[in-house]
This record gives sequence, structure tokens and C-alpha cells, in this order.
Amino acid sequence: MQALSEVQPEVSVVDYGVGNIGALLNMFDHLGIEAVAVSDERGILAASRLVLPGIGAFDRAMRTLMDRGLIGSLNEAVIARGTPVLGVCLGMQLLARRSAEGQLAGLGWIAADVLRIEVPPSSALKVPHIGWSDVRPAGVQSLFIPTDTADEPERFYFDHSYHMICEEASDIAATFEYGRTLCCAVQRGHIAGVQFHPEKSHRFGMRLLEAWARSQGGVTQP
Amino acid sequence: MRKRLIPVLLLDRARRLVKTERFGARTYIGDPFNVVRLFNEKEVDEIAILDIDAGPEGRRPDFGFMKELASECFMPLSYGGGIRSVADCEELNRLGVEKFVLGQAGLEPKVVSSVSEVFGSQAVVVCIDVVGGGDSAHCVTGSGRQRHRIHPLAHALDAQAAGAGEIILQSVDRDGMRSGMDLEVIHGVSRALEIPVVALGGAGEVSHLADGLWAGASAVASGSTFSFIGRLRAVLVTYPSRREVDDAMVRSEAATS
Repeated sequence: MQALSEVQPEVSVVDYGVGNIGALLNMFDHLGIEAVAVSDERGILAASRLVLPGIGAFDRAMRTLMDRGLIGSLNEAVIARGTPVLGVCLGMQLLARRSAEGQLAGLGWIAADVLRIEVPPSSALKVPHIGWSDVRPAGVQSLFIPTDTADEPERFYFDHSYHMICEEASDIAATFEYGRTLCCAVQRGHIAGVQFHPEKSHRFGMRLLEAWARSQGGVTQP
Repeated sequence: MRKRLIPVLLLDRARRLVKTERFGARTYIGDPFNVVRLFNEKEVDEIAILDIDAGPEGRRPDFGFMKELASECFMPLSYGGGIRSVADCEELNRLGVEKFVLGQAGLEPKVVSSVSEVFGSQAVVVCIDVVGGGDSAHCVTGSGRQRHRIHPLAHALDAQAAGAGEIILQSVDRDGMRSGMDLEVIHGVSRALEIPVVALGGAGEVSHLADGLWAGASAVASGSTFSFIGRLRAVLVTYPSRREVDDAMVRSEAATS
């Protein structure tokens, strides 16, 4: 019995008070993937995979990570040890260098900046962008797996006012259309992020979270 | 982007789902867990769960119950009823709710802005219950018991300025009537706002929802459309296919142009 309790869960969700932890844990539980919330250095360093959630304002999230002393252990886990990480919603934006929403530096794991969504004044499109959009996978990535229903587009639920702009086109894992083409998923090796909410996107989200949780760390080779 | 169709689930004090008429007479719809599972299977765009007795009875949200219910929701979920503070939202967020619907608290700019600062505007939905139309339209709270001398448009603009990310615009007069939405109010408010407006109240069929979208709403919500079928209002949980919605949109456009 003791050996069992020492087996690491498959997924550790970083709980720093800023994010929809409950919804993510519910979804992993539904998928039969063992997931726990971790809120300290020990939990982060012991994780075999990390999910970095986040909602709300960029600076508030970064400051909370700083105040709780988690930035060092996140860097140690993800950059030094290569622990796979998935940023969700604001958690994806935190992977960037900086955001127009705040002054604090991001984690800087992806060469990218975050800007407010701008729509043409004449357009009926609103900000925040709230709702379901078709998503087009791009480049080499392991988040979206081809399915039998190839004609059915990937579809995810979004709820955000900011979007990420990557310096390297190869880091873009998916795009969507909102007045123009915007990046909504990134992947650079074992570091990935999605702007939408897979934990709220029915079977599309289930498929993505399962593909990520079962993938071998980095990019699936073509 | 396709516009959202949002089933609204009204929770009563006995944790049952009901459907109201003009905020009064209630019809029993079913067990919340069964209905949520059915909406999961139907892959609905989003659901809104409103505890209609919490506010008037001075209760806070039923956190224990919402924890159980949220664990069954694999779609976007907003919750309203009895929310008064950031602390309430933090507790709801921890158990899987990501959007907070403020009714009474939506009239307090300080509450709206503090929730918005913590969770971001995209998490803050202000629900505006409207009685009457045109210039004499006004807002009510507390399940319609309390009148406020503020016009819905003024209230919506205040809420937007305070940090709301979305407005639910609900017609009390049309609640449960299934005769169509208040297109004039929807049009007037949605064109004046930068944030999305979710229209609620009066729809009984998909064509009514399509009309609401053409009037300018970014999303439409309904209890009756997704709970009843036929003239006799037999209870049946339904949700239209994307095809049905597209067809209704085309017919609605033809009728209005």
C-alpha cells in the first residue's frame, strides 16, 4: 500500500489561487487521468506533468506566483528538468515575455508578447471574445490528434480579451479567426499552452487533454 | 464565430429545477444532475445555473451542492444567486464555476469592479431584469420584488464601466411566455455596448432565439426553449443541432429584411 501512495500522479495542476482548478481536476478525473492540485515548491518539483491554469489579470497572476515563491521552482521544473507543462487561458499568456495588460515580466519560456484583441470599429465582434470558435491546428505539435471525423473542425470555448503573438512561427500550434487570424495555442518542445478552455470544451477538450497527458513529453515526431 | 445558445437552469430552494412564468408560477422540470448530464450529451455551448431563491431569502450560494453539480459540467458554466462578494466568487471558482452572475450585487459598482479586478472582466456577468419597455423600462431585483428607477441601458453602461464582461438582459414580462423575445430592448442595449449581451426571456422555440440574435445579442439564453416541447408544454430536455440553428437564422434574416 505504501508503494502505491508514492506513485506520482500523472498530472499536477498548479494551484496558486488564480485559476479554475476545480474544472480541470473534474475533467482529468472524468478522463481517468490521476490529477492533483499542487501549491508549493515540493509539489511542483515532484510533478511528472504540470498544468498552469489562470484567469484574471496578468500582473495579479505573476505577482501571486512571486509572492508564493513559485517562480524559481517552476523554472527549475520546466527549464532545468524538462517537466512538460500546459498553460491554460491566462496560464498560456504567462508563458510569454510580457503583456500589454500589465507591467510585470512573464515567465518568458516562449518568445512571445501578449496584446489586447483589437477588432475593426465597424465590426460586430465584441471584446472579450466569449464563445466557441473553430480552431485550426498548425505546424508540428502534439495537442491535436487527427480523428476519423476529419471534416469536423476542432472547436473550443474561449473567454479572453488578450491574445499572444509569437516571434517564432514554429511555436504556433493553432490559430483561430476573430476579425483576423490569431494564435490560440503554442508549443515549443515540452512547453505548451492553449488560450481556450479545454476543460470546458466537451469531447474536443477531452481529446486535447488526453492527447497532451499521454504524449511523450515533447513534440510528436511526424 | 457562431453565437451561443445557453440553456438556463433555475434552481429552487429544494435544489430542484423549475421554470417560472413572469417570475411567478413555477413548473417542475427535473433533477439538476439528470438535466446537466443530458446537456453534456447534447454538447451545449454553455449553461447558466441560477438559484432563484438564494437572493430573496438572503442566502449565500449553496457551495456544497454546486461543487457536486459543477463536477458534472464539462461545458462553460456560469452561476448566479446570492453572490455578494469576491470571497463568494473565489469559493465558486475553486469548485469549477468560471463565470459569476451578479443580480442585486450587479447594482453595486464596487462589487462588480472588485470581482473584475480579481478574476478579469470575462468572468463577470451582470444580470439585468427588465420590466416594461421603451423609455419607461426599468430594472428589478430580488426575483422582481424590488424596483429600481434606473433604465436598463443606463444600468448596462454602468456595469460595463465598472468591469462587467457580459450582460444578461432578461425580460421579466416575457419570462416563460414563449411568444418571442423583446427585440427592441435587445437592439437598444446591445448596439450601445462594447461587451456581449446575452438576451433572455420570452423564447419558446429556436426561431425566437434566432430573432434575438438578429436583433443584436451576442448570445441567447432560454429556459423554456430547451425544457418544453409542443403547445402543451410537455417537459423534454432538448437542444437544437447547429444545422437547425443555421436554418432558423436564415429564416429570421429573410423575415426581418
